[in-house]
Amino acid sequence: MTLDDLVGRPGAWLAAATGPQVVVSSRIRLARNLAGLAFPGWAGPEECVRIQDSLWTVLGKARILQPSFRVDLAATSPVDRDFLRERHLISNELAQKTQGSSLVMREDERLSVMVNEEDHLRLQAMSPGFHLGELWTAIDELDSTLEGSLSYAFSGRLGYLTACPTNVGTGLRASVMAHLPGLRLINEIEPVVKGLVKIGLAVRGLQGEGTEAFGNMFQISNQTTLGESEQVIIERLEQIVNEVETHEKNARARLMEQRESRVRDFVGRAFGVLSNACVLASNESLELLSALRLGVELGRVKGMEVGDVNRLVVETQPGHLQKAVGRGLSPDERDEARAVAVRKAIRRASIQ
Amino acid sequence: MLCECCQKQDATIHVTQVVNDKARELHLCQDCAEQNGLNVHSMMSLPEVLFGLGGQPDDSASSGKSCAHCHMRAGDFKKTGRLGCPRCYETFAEEMAPMLAAMHKGTQHRGKAPAGERARIDEASHLDDLRKRLAAAVKREDFEEAARLRDLIGGPAHDAG
Repeated sequence: MTLDDLVGRPGAWLAAATGPQVVVSSRIRLARNLAGLAFPGWAGPEECVRIQDSLWTVLGKARILQPSFRVDLAATSPVDRDFLRERHLISNELAQKTQGSSLVMREDERLSVMVNEEDHLRLQAMSPGFHLGELWTAIDELDSTLEGSLSYAFSGRLGYLTACPTNVGTGLRASVMAHLPGLRLINEIEPVVKGLVKIGLAVRGLQGEGTEAFGNMFQISNQTTLGESEQVIIERLEQIVNEVETHEKNARARLMEQRESRVRDFVGRAFGVLSNACVLASNESLELLSALRLGVELGRVKGMEVGDVNRLVVETQPGHLQKAVGRGLSPDERDEARAVAVRKAIRRASIQ
Repeated sequence: MLCECCQKQDATIHVTQVVNDKARELHLCQDCAEQNGLNVHSMMSLPEVLFGLGGQPDDSASSGKSCAHCHMRAGDFKKTGRLGCPRCYETFAEEMAPMLAAMHKGTQHRGKAPAGERARIDEASHLDDLRKRLAAAVKREDFEEAARLRDLIGGPAHDAG
């Protein structure tokens, strides 16, 4: 398998979906380090390579990761790295690294390991929809398997020791990607986000850390990792996300009841631009695709499924556009290629 | 409210740190705040405040302290916000205690552990619980309960001694 085999596949976190989705995808990651060794950011490049070699051997034997596929960051182009980042297989931080860092993933992309990112190991499990419990089961199994062959840096008091003290303890970050256009249209998104931050959750944009929420996509995750068990952290997040989901559904119902013409206008304008634009910038397209998705979910846009919109969200990102044509594109060329891809996908759809 | 660092004295210093629009609150007693070089009159980053570097010259004892295993210095952590190796958690344990207390929901790990570590943790976690209950009993002046809890905490130590 090569990276090119992933082109044209929807990606683990945005796979095909038919029904309405407030929670678009779920993800859990675990940070782990090896006892007695410097963390990747402090270890020299040679030590990172040695650590990577030893981890590759262990990861290669983990049955739950099979069939697996390995990407050595040193052998990737900037476009490859964007491509992997857009699929949420690697973080922004790993995308900056080269020698001594890598990605080992199961071919279905749902279970993967970043080697020598901020920590020696970042295990991650992803799925479309709202399935944190199942993800925990899978990642817990992978972790326990690796623990059989590796000596983890662990303290009875502080738990799993991580390069950044914000991750110490469980090393767990559970997150969901939620699509919340209804709350934005009724101007309630800000208090909801503030409320989430106030109760100790982190709220980020589509591409995680340090990104803004374009296209009404919000990544909601736990912020604290020490002092509570994994189950408690996950269950609380689930409970709060359930509430957010209810708020969003209520917002949509209220909009359709009280301001239907506003919603029709919002979806209709987006449909018009997406169907006819010849140049589409990345953030503009995410905003419009959010409206299109809402239109599909509310039954205003026919001839398209939510999964088709998901696909477009991924395939119109810069790395994916360039990977699809097999060469580098300038920002202007990308905006044109994006418009072409969208027009093609939307051609058979119609608006009610 | 008890100091998040020593869990003994009342917190009288309340720090709110805003990072990326997110507010973090920290409640310390006078002693712990001073021990950590807190200077309430100047603006400092969280690692600066909590790592004993706030308002102190770079050649202070704290900045010079380094990890015997990986040689990272407190000053390096101040710059990057990341530690050098797992052992740094022991080296800088004292300096990091208030930071960890402010960042997280507790100071004792309560989650998964590698198979061999589980028994040890259960005991530590039990003691931690007893200490918290003792502090609460003292606070509400329930000295009978406090004495009972103190004996439970001190029990194994007496036996050993």
